[in-house]
Amino acid sequence: MKAFLGFVKKEFIHIFRDFRTLIILIGLPVAQILTFGYIIRNEIQDVKIAILDESKDPVTREITNRLLASGFFQLEEYISSPDAVESIFRKGKIREVVVFEDRFAEKLEREGVSHMQILADASDPNSAKMIVTYTQGIVSTYLSELKRHSKMPMIIEPRVRMMYNPDLKSAFMFVPGTMAMILMLVSAMMTSISIAREKETGTMEAILVSPLRPIQIIAGKVTPYILLSCINAIVILLMGYFVFKLPIQGSILLLFAETILFISLALALGIMISTVSKNQQVAMFISAFALMLPTILLSGFIFPIENMPRILQWLCYIIPPKYYIITIRSIMLKGTGLAEIWPETVMMLSMLVVFISVSAARFKVRLQ
Amino acid sequence: MHINKPIIRVNNLVKKFGEFVANDHLTFEVYEGEIFGFLGANGAGKTTAIRILCGLSYPTSGELEIAGFDVYTQREQIKKNIGYMSQRFSLYEDLNIRENIRFYAGIYGLPLATIRKKTEELIDELGLSPIAKTLVKDIPLGWRQKVAFSVAVFHDPRIVFLDEPTGGVDPLARRQFWEYIYRVAARGITVFVTTHYMDEAEYCQRVSIMAEGRIEALDTPENLKNTYRVSTMDEVFLKIARK
Repeated sequence: MKAFLGFVKKEFIHIFRDFRTLIILIGLPVAQILTFGYIIRNEIQDVKIAILDESKDPVTREITNRLLASGFFQLEEYISSPDAVESIFRKGKIREVVVFEDRFAEKLEREGVSHMQILADASDPNSAKMIVTYTQGIVSTYLSELKRHSKMPMIIEPRVRMMYNPDLKSAFMFVPGTMAMILMLVSAMMTSISIAREKETGTMEAILVSPLRPIQIIAGKVTPYILLSCINAIVILLMGYFVFKLPIQGSILLLFAETILFISLALALGIMISTVSKNQQVAMFISAFALMLPTILLSGFIFPIENMPRILQWLCYIIPPKYYIITIRSIMLKGTGLAEIWPETVMMLSMLVVFISVSAARFKVRLQ
Repeated sequence: MHINKPIIRVNNLVKKFGEFVANDHLTFEVYEGEIFGFLGANGAGKTTAIRILCGLSYPTSGELEIAGFDVYTQREQIKKNIGYMSQRFSLYEDLNIRENIRFYAGIYGLPLATIRKKTEELIDELGLSPIAKTLVKDIPLGWRQKVAFSVAVFHDPRIVFLDEPTGGVDPLARRQFWEYIYRVAARGITVFVTTHYMDEAEYCQRVSIMAEGRIEALDTPENLKNTYRVSTMDEVFLKIARK
């Protein structure tokens, strides 16, 4: 244990002596959060929706058909009571709920006005805006066709409600994404580089010859980065809270637990990368291309996954940050509990197990 | 000195990398307390063998016993009893001399008070007090080499392995380094040293000469020179290499 603590101390010295890197590590999240602009999204497709049809008449059926035939929407389920809305949104699969009021067609015919409600999950504000616009477009096209056959004035009034993020702040979207990115950078990239550096300078051999066990070496390597990552996570959350008024609806404890899980995952990835790279350059290159780019491009952080070609979507399933972003976004904006996000959590846990086993195996192979 | 009491026993050590045989049936013994020179041209298989002896790499086959422990099954005990200094000196460039010494002493699990005391003693002994707080990257190679060696024997191992410890240093520094090796040997530590400088072979009590993965000769420098009827180790080496 004493040997281990000595090791950790040495790691901290490395970090603090390399002052420029330290500044980058701490300054980067701040700069990123502050400079990230609005992120543009262009298309939507196959968005999962639910329908609450209290009328069930030819008009509502026709609108439903047109929504589903448009290719933008996919019907996930019919719900029968407004009480169900909240809970299906929390599950995270459904992005929009369309509600038709009672006696929809009848009111439209007799009074010339009927109401529908469009509820969208705005924790991803750009998609929500798009989804609602598309829905309204389909409804108004249908209405103008109806009007052509009738002399009566007719209005369908859609009331839009953005759930979880009524002001459509995109900060709500990029704070979780940036968090995933920074944690990936600090944990995976810095760990892999620091282990690769020891290989490069030959100090790894000196350590391996000593009675320190490989597990102590690795634990000693990652401990400082776990602490650094936690500090970064806290900085990002505080900035989100104070600068962008980002709420944390759910349990902070759960948020931290998931964050630590993700940090461990990233560290395991970093160790895995270091076992395959001979020197710092290779470690940096692999981290940048195998971790950073997918985190930015394929995690759903900037580009919506549902718009991607099928093959890329499959690829997205193996991108750890995707699960982390979904998880923390739900906790922060919807107050989701573990009951709803366990699939993502299990996914991250199993990835962690895989990465650790692979690194352990590689570590042994290297000794032979 | 206990002449002829083996502390390293190697019997038919073979190491293959695919088809390439790096160590071809090496058999030798190193006696407790001696300075054993492990000679050979670059690529003769010296580093491969020393890495196996230190537990950094597994042999393909053969029996090996280091300080009375089996290489296959008693690695942990071996690690506690050996020191190792690689060609690259293995110091952290962004740590100062004192921090490097303390770190390595720490990973060998020495008590904190002992580490503190011995570190200062060592720094005094090497005359490093004025630069003890200088980062390793800013001190000359000759100094680094001395520090690296001191670190390798800091925990008083029974054997210290030195892999080309004098590579890249000037003749004067090499000379001083060998004086330092003698001092360490006088503490009763067995020194196993690889080199390709034949003048250094003269400083060893016994030497083995490797060529193409095999040990071609093993004896005292004196006997080797007599056997090959030449006056320097350099000539011994050339005769063996040309064979």
